[in-house]
Amino acid sequence: MENLAMGNYGIYVWSCFGLTLAVVIFSDWRARLRHKRVYREIEVRIRALEERQ
Amino acid sequence: MWKFFHRLASPPHFYRLAAIIAPWFAVPGLLLIAYGAYAGLFLAPMDYQQGDAFRIIYVHVPSAYLSLMAYMIMAVSGGIGLIWRMKLAHAVAAAAAPLGAAFTFLALVTGSIWGRPMWGTWWEWGDPRLTSELILLFLYFGYMALRGAIDDTAKADKASAVLALVGVVNVVIVHFSVEWWSSLHQGQTLMKKGGPAMDPGMLYPLLGMILGFTFLFGSLLLRRVRTEVLFRERRTRWVREMILSPEGS
Repeated sequence: MENLAMGNYGIYVWSCFGLTLAVVIFSDWRARLRHKRVYREIEVRIRALEERQ
Repeated sequence: MWKFFHRLASPPHFYRLAAIIAPWFAVPGLLLIAYGAYAGLFLAPMDYQQGDAFRIIYVHVPSAYLSLMAYMIMAVSGGIGLIWRMKLAHAVAAAAAPLGAAFTFLALVTGSIWGRPMWGTWWEWGDPRLTSELILLFLYFGYMALRGAIDDTAKADKASAVLALVGVVNVVIVHFSVEWWSSLHQGQTLMKKGGPAMDPGMLYPLLGMILGFTFLFGSLLLRRVRTEVLFRERRTRWVREMILSPEGS
């Protein structure tokens, strides 16, 4: 518990580490999501073109 | 040598290579961050002036360093794209901007949270380091807004590259602000003449965090550039062949 309290600075220290973790996870999730979305859009367009030909 | 760079700049080659390399950046990055965070939070000695609040340094400094590095990557890539008309360079610049903005946001917020118990205030408008870092965030926003406002990718690349290059002035100001003007913000700690002014027990976890964040940034950037390349090349033959192949991507 003493480690978590960080000498009464716990709220400041842990909020900074928590926020950093959240931003890194969000950046990773956004990168994956955008790749999936772009890939899917291109795939749908190409397959539609293939079917028409 | 030139042949290697020429091949690397080829979008299909880069697209496949980045998929292989990205995890090799992510794994050491995560391991270094795990070491740095644990050692920084629990093993590093307490600062004699700031107490345990100093541990915010382990996320603040890597974020601030990446906020500047991402901008330099964006500007240099934009410059390369402008001069040598390399499409991949513009893709790198476009992919670096959101990551740079994220780390600038982190640097500002963690700095503000650190400032509250140490300086007694969340923010000080008169402080050159704080203000120039905020301008850096606005430059990232401006860069992304400019790209979004121009439909023609080639025109967007050129206009945003010029903006990125002009904004390098602010990167220099952010870096030297603590030396040029009196500031609430502390001076250089790591890049100080005569070596870092830190106890090794505090320094090694910080170096681990900086290196870990850099690797993680590299992995995120590679993946974002891959997506950018895929989007820009969506009408090309290699993308069509890749998508129609049984393996896909």
